[in-house]
Amino acid sequence: MLRFRKLCFLEPVKCIELSEKKTQIKLDDEKKSFDIPKIEKKDKGSPEENKRKRRPNKEWRCIDSCCWAIGYICTIWWLLLFLYNCLPVNLPGLKVPEPPGTRLKREGLTALHPIVMVPGIVTGGLELWEGRPCSEGLFRRRLWGGSFTEIFRRPMCWLEHISLDNETGLDPPGIRVRAVPGLVAADYFAPGYFVWAILIENLARIGYEGKNMYMAAYDWRLSFQNTEVRDQNLSRLKSKIELMYVTNGNKKVVVVPHSMGVIYFLHFLKWVEAPPPMGGGGGPGWCAKHIKSIMNIGPAFLGVPKAVGNILSAETQDVAFIRALAPGLLDSKILGLRTLQHVMSVSRTWDSVISLIPKGGETIWGNLEWSPEEHHVCDSAKKNYQQNFDINGNSSDSGRLFQVQQKPTKYGRIISFGKIVSDLPSSQLQTLDSKKQELMCNNSSSNSDSSCRGVWTEYDEMSQENIQRLAKNKAYTMKTLLDLLRVIAPKMMKRAESHFSHGIAENLDNPKYNHYKYWSNPLETKLPDAPDMEIYCSYGVGIPTERSYVYKQSPSGRCNSIPFQIDSSADGSNNGCLKGGTYFVDGDESVPVLSAGFMCAKGWRGKTLFNPSGISTYIREYKHKAPANLLEGRGSESGAHVDIMGNVALIEDVLRVAAGASGTELGRDRIYSDIMKMSKKINIRL
Amino acid sequence: MSLVRRRKVPENERTQVPDPNPDGNEKDKKIIDNKNEIQKSQKQQSKWNCVDSCCWFIGCTCVVWWVLLFLYNMMPSSFPQYMTEVITGPMPDPPGVKLQKEGLKAKHPVVFVPGIVTAGLELWEGHHCADGLFRKRLWGGTFGEVYKRPLCWVEHMSLDNETGLDPPGIRVRPVTGLVAADYFAPGYFVWAVLIANLARIGYEEKTMHMASYDWRLSFQNTEVRDKSLSRIKSNIELMVATNGGNKAVIIPHSMGVLYFLHFMKWVEAPAPMGGGGGPDWCAKHIRTVVNIGGPFLGVPKAVSGLFSAEARDIAVARAIAPGVLDTDLFHIQTLQHIMKMTRTWDSTMSMIPKGGDAIWGGLDWSPEEGYVPSKRRQRNNVTNEDEKIESKVKRVNYGRIISFGKDVAEAHSSEIERIDFRDAVKGSNVANHTCRDVWTEYHDMGFGGIKAIAEYKTYTAGDILDLLQFVAPKMMERGSAHFSYGIADNLEDPKYQHYKYWSNPLETMLPNAPDMEIFSMYGVGIPTERAYVYRLTPAAECYIPFQIDTSADDEGRCLKDGVFTIDGDETVPVLSAGFMNAKGWRGKTRFNPSGIPTYIREYDHAPPSSLLEGRGTQSGAHVDIMGNFALIEDIMRIAAGAKGEELGGDLVYSDIFKWSEKIKLPL
Repeated sequence: MLRFRKLCFLEPVKCIELSEKKTQIKLDDEKKSFDIPKIEKKDKGSPEENKRKRRPNKEWRCIDSCCWAIGYICTIWWLLLFLYNCLPVNLPGLKVPEPPGTRLKREGLTALHPIVMVPGIVTGGLELWEGRPCSEGLFRRRLWGGSFTEIFRRPMCWLEHISLDNETGLDPPGIRVRAVPGLVAADYFAPGYFVWAILIENLARIGYEGKNMYMAAYDWRLSFQNTEVRDQNLSRLKSKIELMYVTNGNKKVVVVPHSMGVIYFLHFLKWVEAPPPMGGGGGPGWCAKHIKSIMNIGPAFLGVPKAVGNILSAETQDVAFIRALAPGLLDSKILGLRTLQHVMSVSRTWDSVISLIPKGGETIWGNLEWSPEEHHVCDSAKKNYQQNFDINGNSSDSGRLFQVQQKPTKYGRIISFGKIVSDLPSSQLQTLDSKKQELMCNNSSSNSDSSCRGVWTEYDEMSQENIQRLAKNKAYTMKTLLDLLRVIAPKMMKRAESHFSHGIAENLDNPKYNHYKYWSNPLETKLPDAPDMEIYCSYGVGIPTERSYVYKQSPSGRCNSIPFQIDSSADGSNNGCLKGGTYFVDGDESVPVLSAGFMCAKGWRGKTLFNPSGISTYIREYKHKAPANLLEGRGSESGAHVDIMGNVALIEDVLRVAAGASGTELGRDRIYSDIMKMSKKINIRL
Repeated sequence: MSLVRRRKVPENERTQVPDPNPDGNEKDKKIIDNKNEIQKSQKQQSKWNCVDSCCWFIGCTCVVWWVLLFLYNMMPSSFPQYMTEVITGPMPDPPGVKLQKEGLKAKHPVVFVPGIVTAGLELWEGHHCADGLFRKRLWGGTFGEVYKRPLCWVEHMSLDNETGLDPPGIRVRPVTGLVAADYFAPGYFVWAVLIANLARIGYEEKTMHMASYDWRLSFQNTEVRDKSLSRIKSNIELMVATNGGNKAVIIPHSMGVLYFLHFMKWVEAPAPMGGGGGPDWCAKHIRTVVNIGGPFLGVPKAVSGLFSAEARDIAVARAIAPGVLDTDLFHIQTLQHIMKMTRTWDSTMSMIPKGGDAIWGGLDWSPEEGYVPSKRRQRNNVTNEDEKIESKVKRVNYGRIISFGKDVAEAHSSEIERIDFRDAVKGSNVANHTCRDVWTEYHDMGFGGIKAIAEYKTYTAGDILDLLQFVAPKMMERGSAHFSYGIADNLEDPKYQHYKYWSNPLETMLPNAPDMEIFSMYGVGIPTERAYVYRLTPAAECYIPFQIDTSADDEGRCLKDGVFTIDGDETVPVLSAGFMNAKGWRGKTRFNPSGIPTYIREYDHAPPSSLLEGRGTQSGAHVDIMGNFALIEDIMRIAAGAKGEELGGDLVYSDIFKWSEKIKLPL
């Protein structure tokens, strides 16, 4: 681009000379063309001949004016670009809000505790270290993150390299794709689309730099324990934390994980204290010695319902994912490729997706009849009314009265086939359990068809009748859903279930819980013995977030190997929570409040089964406020899952904690949602 | 209007005066009409044409450009290689592919230690003029900011003149990770080729580490400010632990060699000053140190760089076009700015020649004397003996690193009258406000001092230190706290436990690690700066008062443009790169008490045969050697577990052993 511009800035001189010559020639031509008719007229030439002679001239003009238009546009573009570059950084009219870092620096905050950042799923970059011949020239280039140009240039090659081995969940032979290390790994996901960049910039303002900031980049496609097996990521993180602790005057570390990074770090907490063959051998006091606080941002502690939709039909991916690959691309059969199927077969090789399946079963997520969020009101008009109600000082009883009048939404049915099913009383529903055995037996007949290209999804191995049977008039809760997944994707679940567990522990002292597959589930692990540590749950609220789905069977069964589809025609329920086949609750667009807040609100509050040393927990909610105008970009008060990383209030909290503040100094809890009420409804032994 | 009127006139004529000859009239009218039309169209055209055709032309170029760009992108990536092969014949397999076929596998973790100027620096905090550059590269990359805001750039790249650390309000930090020094500028590789080849046999991020550090700081200050040494220690420990206990192979380049020498002492020294790793840390964690182009004993270039800012490292000169440096672009005194900036960088002082006259030669003696450039030598051997004798007679006094005037450089020592400058009065301060605010210490010196320096006529390596002390007292004061340039008489002396001696191989002992190996790999066959002929600058007021006398030329004596050259890799003379491994550390010496085996691997320079080859695969130049296939192959074999013996021991083209013999140094 630069070269291009330079070329054209240098050009004008030459251009004028040349063009003058050219116009001279052109003029001569025209003179001639005018001379010719004159002669012809003398010879009584017909007007038709005349026209024919003129036609090439006109054609020439067409191209000519085309070029002219392009030139015109380019010139104006450069002019504007030039003016834009000349623009002073701070326009007097446009008041740029002061970044929190500058303000807090004036308050006297300075870097104190080293910071470790743990990125989540999809936001970290991946680069190629070894590949097949089709990927030549991409050595150490980003396959994931950055501009994603390779998707368009060689889509099949790209898919092949970004997939993992379907059996082991590790590298396929001959391909090595690795996480980009360092702060660049996740500062920007794509050019201009920040993830950590704003936080880093603000931290730098109060004195942070390379020696006291670390980005714990890991390959987010792998299961957590495999990042250690293949890349030694956990060991590296341990060594970095120890190093930063020592080189910063024995100051403990503040950890800031985001999204899936939250459960990754939970895994790390257990791993680091576990004995060597399986763990890091740091000994029981390691966390207490090295970690000051964990500021979880947008934590997916108990999983996200989105992950279910993803696995079932590849239809809901993480925000960033959809934004990166234009949504139109996913749905249309561009270039004759079955995009959705490809996405599905690729993302099913990623073990990490399984870590996001909702945990805790029916106890947490609700059963056929009941769910903790059942009285949630989505309709903004009603909500406002209700809020006004509360604000106006009327007792909350009246608000509750108002709510009770609503028919509760059955969020517990995470997947229902058909809108009616999602609302039926449970007595009229068929359950899967009765026919489970039968289903498993029938699986032998396969309808995979060689004419359907080489896209392999496990659906190919299922018979049409089985699919029918799975779908007919059923609703699945969290408990039965796992069974469903085991039926439709047996290989994936087999791989994944050796790495993740989704239950609730009855007795945490059971020695089986020493296995690493339980470490990332907060309901099956104990927090480390570190009473001085602090845990924050910081997340956005006020955005409708996917909670359960209405599904239907896909129309054509033959080559379309994904038999299920979200029924986007299902719309509108009594309280407006159903839209496009999806029931919404409060959350940050990806993670429902329940998943993000429950552990801090109840599961770990005080001394509990899961938190034996009584680590203090704080909930910090940030109310979503959409950016007022386009100039604000993604907004400084956003509560959305990724955009919250640019939220000024959140950044201020992180900075204060990094500079030494404790939870009480921050003002303890800051709650806008019903998380406390919802948590109270959940019956769990603590 | 005139057009309309003209058109109307003939019409009137026609109506008023009916012509008896209507045919002729019509013809006339037609001609007139045509003429008018042409005129009209011409007018219209010319009105349009200026802007129009300009736009048209731009449009055309754009379209052509896009088409070409499109074609270029459509081109299969193997096409350029194919073309090269057509023109120059088949290329050898890159060593990575070759060794992969042989079955080599990644074994030892590898640590790269980049040298001076080749690693990137980025901004973390700056003054207002640097707005928007947060975490952008100030050094390395495209150097776009040098042109956009040169003064701001110089301000941010400079260090504090008193402390040698950050100036207040500015934080410039090294880029971390492999990206720090894989490419210096786009397309100008440093480590990239080596990294790509290592990746072929299975290396990746977890087994490779780039020990980037802020190369402007003195070595100990990188630890004080950035904890760079602790970081290297922790990373080596981690990599050794996570790779099944395989010890690390360290690959330092250029100044990184000295930096790592410093590290090896630091890591075993006790905690307050050192890293507290204990006396066997190196033996436990390091398998091999593969020094590439190591200026163990310093480089004469550093002297002229500090003295008159004239000879800098290659990379700098290449990155910033040399023309810019010499001209008064934008009325900025570029050279003075550069000098002011580089004088705040302590690290340049680590490269001042070490060992004094004993190594680098005295007034009438030098280890390299009698050296004849290889081209000539080959011809002489075959054809005429006379010239050989002649050239032998014309002895070069390499020992005189700086001489004022060509005749002084050639005269016998007894003929030179030297007036000692050390006690000279510096004279009145000539600093003048007309000289802008560029401060170089020369302004404090006055004419008296400048004259005194010139009067001393010639300087050997030993005198150079005094000279610099005299010329730049503040810089040397800072520098002497961090570096030392002597030869130790008694290494047991407790004073040698201070960190300022750690980067001088002549004042430290190697660690007690008999299983370790030390390689010295460097290019030979390129004329390398060794000694200079200086002159006083005519107009002294605002300029640096000394200048290399570029008029001094003498073919027979390797004198060109005022510089005496010798065999080397364009930056580091063979003596500096090879002496320690050839003699200083060979066998059990007092510098190498545990008898660590040392090897010398020289790579004869062969320039790229055509432009298509880029910087060549057989280059011996200081930085380009990083793309030398033979060197890469050696390194890969070492990384995969080969010992020095298996590589074939020493590989020597130059006279390094002969020259080392001549140096009398108690071992």
